[in-house]
Amino acid sequence: MIHFVVHEEGDGVGVVVVEGVKAGQQLVGWIMEDDKEIRMTAKSDIPIGHKLALKDYKPGDTVIKYGVDIGKVVAPIARGEHTHVQNLKTKRW
Amino acid sequence: MDLKKASFWGYQRENGRVGVRNHVIILPVDDLSNTAAQAVENNIKGAMAIPHPYGRLQFGADLELHFRTLIGTGSNPNVAAVVVIGIEDQWTQRVVDGIKQTGKPVVGFGIEGHGDHETIRRASQTAREFLQHASELRREERPLKDLWVSTKCGESDTTSGCGANPTVGNAFDKLYPHGVTLVFGETTELTGGEHLVAARCRNDEVRKKFQFVFDRYQDVINRHKTSDLSDSQPTKGNIAGGLTTIEEKALGNIQKIGRKCMVDGVIDKAEMPTGPGLWFMDSSSAAAEMVTLCAASGYAVHFFPTGQGNVIGNPILPVIKLCANPRTVRTMSEHMDVDVSGLLRKEMTPDQAGDKLLECMFRTANGRLTAAEALGHREFVLTRLYESA
Repeated sequence: MIHFVVHEEGDGVGVVVVEGVKAGQQLVGWIMEDDKEIRMTAKSDIPIGHKLALKDYKPGDTVIKYGVDIGKVVAPIARGEHTHVQNLKTKRW
Repeated sequence: MDLKKASFWGYQRENGRVGVRNHVIILPVDDLSNTAAQAVENNIKGAMAIPHPYGRLQFGADLELHFRTLIGTGSNPNVAAVVVIGIEDQWTQRVVDGIKQTGKPVVGFGIEGHGDHETIRRASQTAREFLQHASELRREERPLKDLWVSTKCGESDTTSGCGANPTVGNAFDKLYPHGVTLVFGETTELTGGEHLVAARCRNDEVRKKFQFVFDRYQDVINRHKTSDLSDSQPTKGNIAGGLTTIEEKALGNIQKIGRKCMVDGVIDKAEMPTGPGLWFMDSSSAAAEMVTLCAASGYAVHFFPTGQGNVIGNPILPVIKLCANPRTVRTMSEHMDVDVSGLLRKEMTPDQAGDKLLECMFRTANGRLTAAEALGHREFVLTRLYESA
């Protein structure tokens, strides 16, 4: 069973694609472009469609998704943690 | 799916364009004429009024866009005939003359000097004749290249970028080599991925034009924004669905143009493309505005991928909705035409998802009603450029 998907190798976040992911849960991820499987432990409850960090981040870091910059980290994020508006912001506008 | 000999059944119009619907529309030129237009719709069963709130004291480029959108809507090949109603004769005639260039039946009625009752009586006569005329038109088998297909996504979430939008991209990549006329737009929703679109432009001239309209729209944002656009772009729905930044949203959005199509040209809002290929329309990213502009540019079928569940339709352009979010497919099933949630469970390949969408496209083109049509979604929203005089 796939719990989260990653667009491509090197992306720093994955997208949860099932409902009800809880902190502590073992998750199976699918790197779509490379058709590879990875495993992670969720560090937060993460709603369907929301992102989890695939690595540790500190403020000022850039997050990569689709192989491209999607914004800057504004609060520390641990691997497996929910990554969203509370810790990631746009670099534009 | 082998599209080499693919065809669909459509209505060939007087100007050679092919439609997939056979609407007789009652088109108000302005806000004041909605009441009469809707009365005619009520009198003539099967005619459709397209009410809207604008058309008075507009000027300059904003007025030109208003006329272009109304004339484009009436000229769309999904429309068999048009009754135009306006408060004044002159602007009414301008819309009539524009639509008349297609060769389809069109007559205009000015309300001033007659009043609503007399206008409704005369316009109803004409609408009845047009409807009976349209009811005798028959579908003919036409090659795939005669179909014009537009796309715009809405209420996107992260599943849009990994499921529904790449499905549109897969379908576009398959349609493109067969000379289909395609379009995408949403200028500000490319922010963060504009370099990827620029890289796909056919040549430097197209790239320069694209960059110009992109930069122009960024200036509009910068001129009017307060702190940032985080309250608007991404939308609250996008954020609830897991999208965090405009860059992330844009990169998901761009999946709709596939991996092989080139951007062959740039068009202004409601402007008609001049040949086959993939066009970029400089447009708003608001769903109903953009879909209305696609219809006015002459598109006959629309692909609308959604994540959180947009419910949009259009009066004359069938809007095919597809979704990869399993929760949305479950909770809003009446709005969805194509379920591609299997993509995210690895039960379906992108190629299969693209084929599933194309199959729905052919069925829709051949006459099957979309969910939005069956539910009566007829969002018609005119884009305004600035205040009225």
